[in-house]
Amino acid sequence: MLNILRHLLLRRCLQAGIVALLVSTVCFFLMHSLSGDLAFRIAAGRYGYDMVTTAAAEAVRAELGLDRPLLQGLLFWWQQLLQFDLGDSYLTSAPVIEEIREQFGHTLQLAISALALSIVIALPVGLIAGLNPHGWLDRVSLALSVVLRAFPPFLLGILLILLLSSKLGITNAANASHEHGGLLLPALTLALGLAAVSSRVARDAMVEVRRSAYFNFARTKGLSDLLALLRHGVRNAAVPVIAYLGVQLVFLMEGVIIIESLFAWPGIGHALAHAVFGRDIPMIQGTAIVMGLLFVLCNTLVDIACLVADPRQRYLATRRADT
Amino acid sequence: MIGWWQSLTLARRSGAILLTLIVLTALLGPILVTDPVSQDLGRVLRSPSLAQPLGTDHLGRSMLARLVHALQLSFSLAVLSVLSAAIIGISLGLLAAWRGGIIEAVLTSIADAVMTLPVLLVVLLFSAFAQGEFWSLYIGLSFALWVEYFRVSRASIKATLVSAAVESARMLGFDRLYLLRRHLLPALAPVVVTLMLFGISSAILALAALGFVGVGLRPPTPELGVMMIELFPYYEEAPWLIASPVVTLGLIMLALALLGGRKEMP
Repeated sequence: MLNILRHLLLRRCLQAGIVALLVSTVCFFLMHSLSGDLAFRIAAGRYGYDMVTTAAAEAVRAELGLDRPLLQGLLFWWQQLLQFDLGDSYLTSAPVIEEIREQFGHTLQLAISALALSIVIALPVGLIAGLNPHGWLDRVSLALSVVLRAFPPFLLGILLILLLSSKLGITNAANASHEHGGLLLPALTLALGLAAVSSRVARDAMVEVRRSAYFNFARTKGLSDLLALLRHGVRNAAVPVIAYLGVQLVFLMEGVIIIESLFAWPGIGHALAHAVFGRDIPMIQGTAIVMGLLFVLCNTLVDIACLVADPRQRYLATRRADT
Repeated sequence: MIGWWQSLTLARRSGAILLTLIVLTALLGPILVTDPVSQDLGRVLRSPSLAQPLGTDHLGRSMLARLVHALQLSFSLAVLSVLSAAIIGISLGLLAAWRGGIIEAVLTSIADAVMTLPVLLVVLLFSAFAQGEFWSLYIGLSFALWVEYFRVSRASIKATLVSAAVESARMLGFDRLYLLRRHLLPALAPVVVTLMLFGISSAILALAALGFVGVGLRPPTPELGVMMIELFPYYEEAPWLIASPVVTLGLIMLALALLGGRKEMP
C-alpha cells in the first residue's frame, strides 16, 4: 500500500512541477509581448503615474531582471518561481500570494458547497432510478441529465437567474453577491451540472450492483431491499461515482472561473478573468498556477479515495507497482 | 450511406439532423441576411416581426443577422482550431511512437501537464496575449486541444506498429509512407472523429464563455457569448432577445452531445 502511494505521489509531484513551469513560461512570454516599456509600466503601477521617473524605471528593470537577454530572463523568472516568489500585482501592488490567500477561501467555499449539493441531488436520484431501470423516474432523470449536460455552466447560471430571481422572486439577482450570503445560486448552478453526470453514473452503478451475484445472495439470505442496498449496494455504487469526480473536476474548475465572474463571487476564478482583462501578469501567473496545482492535488486525492474505497484496485495497483 | 444511417441509434440520428441544420444556417445564413453591425436607433428592442424574425437588439441591429454571423464565427474558429490541433497532435504522436526515447518522454510529460489544465484556463492564458483578437483564441484553443490527439495517436500507433500486419508489410519492403497510409492512420481514424466532435463542442463553448466573461472577442463582433452579456440587462423588457443566443448555444451543445454518444448517457 505504501509503495503504491509513493509511486502515485511521485508521479503527481512531477506533473505539478511541469504544470507550474509551463504556466510560468507562458506568462513570461506574455510579459514580453506587451506593448510599451515594461519597466515604466510596472513602475507606474507601483508608485503611481506621477512618480514615474527614469531612475524608478531602471530600479524596477534591475530588480525584475528585465534588462537581461530573453533566455537569461526566463531562467531568472523560473528561479523566482522556485523560490515561491510570485511577485506583486501590477494593479494593486499587493503581493500576489496575499491576494490569492484571500480569494482562495471564497473559491473553496463555493466549490465544496457545489460538490456537496451535487451529491445530495445526484445520489438519491441515481440510486432510486437504478432500482427500477426504464421506470418513469429513470426516463425523466435521463432526459433532464441530457439537457442539463448540454447547457454549459454560464448558460445554466443565466437561466437560473432569469427563472428564480426575476420570475419567482426567490433571490434577487442583485443580491447574489457574497456579501448578502448569495451562495445558493452559484453553488446550485455548478451542482446541477455536476449532478447531471453523477446521477447517471450512480444509476448505472446501481443497475450493475443489482445484477451482481453478491446482491442477489444478500436478498436471498433474507435481507430487505433497503438493508441489502445499504450494506452491499451503496459502497459498490460509490466507487464509480468517486472515480467520476476526477473527470468532473474539469467541469468544476472551468465552471468556477465563469460562475464567479457571472455572480461577482470574489474568488480565484474571478480574479483570473479580472487579471487577464487588466493584463496583470503576476496575478495571471499566480492564479493560473494555483488552479493548476489545485487540480493536480484534487486528482491525487481522487486516486487515493478510489484506492481506499475499492480493495480490488489496491490489489491491481500493487501488482502494477511490482512488475 | 443508407446502411451507415440505419446503423445509428435514434439519439445519434437526431443529433446529426440537428447539427446539419445548424451548420447549414451558419453556412447559408450570412449570405442571405443583412449586415449584423448596421444600427437603426429608431427601432430598438422590437419584438419579432415578419421583417425581423428575431426582433432587434438594444442598438436596433437585426438579431437574425447577428445570430447567423455569430454561428459562422463560432463554427469556423472551432473547426479551424480542432483541425490544427488534430494535425499537430497526430504528427507529434507519430513522432513519439516511432522514435521513442527522450523525444517521447519529453513530449509525454508536456502533454501530461497540458492535459492537467482545464481547456478554458489554457485559452484564457493565451487570450491575454492579444485580447479580443481572433488569432490569440485560435492559438490558445489549438494548444489546449492537441494533447488529446497526441495521447490517442501515440497509444494507437504504438499498438499498430507491433501488430502482425505491420510486421509483414515491413518484411515485404513497403516504405514508411505506405505503412502510415494503409495501416497506422486507418486504425486511428474512428477515435479521431469522435475526439473532433468533442473538440468542436469544447471550442465553441470556450469561445462563448470567454466572450461572456468579457475577455474573448469584443463588441460589436457578433459572437454568442458577447451577445448574451450585451443583452443580459434587457431581459425584463425583451426576454426573447437573450433567449436566442442561449437557445442556439444549447442546441449546438445538445446536437454535438447526441451525435458524439457520450458513454455516461446511454
